Amino acid sequence: MAFDFTEATVKAWRRENGRVGVRNHVVILPVDDISNAACEAVANNVKGTMAIPHAYGRLQFGEDLDLHFRTIIGTGANPNVAAVVVIGIEPEWTKQVVEGIARTGKPVEGFWIEQNGDFETIRRASWKAKEFVHWATELQKEDCPLTDLWVSTKCGESDTTTGLSSCPTVGNMYDKLIPHGLYGVFGETSEITGAEHICAKRAANPEAADKFMKTFQAYQDEVIEPFKTSDLSDSQPTKGNILGGLTTIEEKALGNLEKIGRTSTYIDVLEPAEAPEKGRGLYFMDTSSAAAECVTLMAAAGYVIHTFPTGQGNVVGNPIVPVIKISGNPRTLRTMSEHIDVDVTGVLRRDMTIDQAGDALIEMVTRTANGRHTAAEALGHREFSMTKLYRSA
Amino acid sequence: MTANTHPQLLVHDKADNVGVVVVEGLTAGTDMLCVCTEDNSDFRLTAKDDIPIGHKVALKALSEGDTIIKYGEDIGKMVGPAEIGGHVHTHNLKTKRW
Repeated sequence: MAFDFTEATVKAWRRENGRVGVRNHVVILPVDDISNAACEAVANNVKGTMAIPHAYGRLQFGEDLDLHFRTIIGTGANPNVAAVVVIGIEPEWTKQVVEGIARTGKPVEGFWIEQNGDFETIRRASWKAKEFVHWATELQKEDCPLTDLWVSTKCGESDTTTGLSSCPTVGNMYDKLIPHGLYGVFGETSEITGAEHICAKRAANPEAADKFMKTFQAYQDEVIEPFKTSDLSDSQPTKGNILGGLTTIEEKALGNLEKIGRTSTYIDVLEPAEAPEKGRGLYFMDTSSAAAECVTLMAAAGYVIHTFPTGQGNVVGNPIVPVIKISGNPRTLRTMSEHIDVDVTGVLRRDMTIDQAGDALIEMVTRTANGRHTAAEALGHREFSMTKLYRSA
Repeated sequence: MTANTHPQLLVHDKADNVGVVVVEGLTAGTDMLCVCTEDNSDFRLTAKDDIPIGHKVALKALSEGDTIIKYGEDIGKMVGPAEIGGHVHTHNLKTKRW
């Protein structure tokens, strides 16, 4: 019998701002690269916390700095995070991050290293982290509607099987759940190339279509034209895509777009890491097509579960968001099944329909929300990759 | 369903002139069961090459300059020939964009 998703609930954490989180992390968050060591020391001192080291945060400016703050604050603000210890080199930017996260109402406290040194910072931050762990571990889960979840998607190491099976599986999930109020998001601006006319037609209103085409054209004009060598054929499709049988970017893009199903339309176009503000529904986000960068941006926008179709076998995970892998490639299931959560190889054998595959994914989203660790979580994949727009000052 | 009713080749759209191998170890000479996912119609085609899983097969004889249709859409042009049942990939197909 088909899984009944319309009435489905999940056991999850209802946060101070009303959002639903499916994990309960206490995060030790560096503002900048040189605070990674202190954050890792605190996470080592206090079990049940997690440091999220990254490579940036100094001497960025303008739009690039805005994106840095949006990503860091958004990561701390994500409903999968119960409480946050923020550590930066100096007080000003540290306080800015703390204030941004505090708007959610969750516990957050900042520490800075200048005039304290690593030792004193680590000592004080460890006390606070321990207090947060005691508090967070007593928070109780409650019944929340499945469609209160925010579920993102991006595929990786695509091949021709993703367009036939795993991407339409995600599309089927969106077609079923978006009308019931799910928040969705897809992105990968470069991978829409060749199908941009089709993507523009899937906008829910002329404003969203216009915004999409402007975003797509800006990427062509500001990124591809100034920085390209001969063409993009060396990276789009990737070497892995080509091994998997994908030949052209148009072919890859058409398979990619299968992730938004047959009937779903997007209501707005988001900047990288921008939280959706037009209510329930599907969004397009301007992102890189690199797996870790894209998932990091969607997590920073507030999405709590990621659905990730793969053909050749991308292994990406995220520190705060469970990444559910879906594959229909029988060779990938034979050689690297430890990475795959939802096996849709039956679609290629024609003994599983896309409708059944979509139900199987919805069931896995539900189980993941209820606490099942994904393959990426079990294997320790915590890739956190900031998107950087240009060189620092 | 038994193994011999599982297709070796899937085609997205009736308008497509290529299909995708969906089994491992396909060898030249295989009489393939081909299914169009749009309407579940099927037909048979003999593979002319050993073609890896995921790679494309020409559903008709293709010549340099021909537009390749997959998902019912233009995905590029032939830069070399392919016989019916032959392998279509980077050696004979290229984007029109770059």
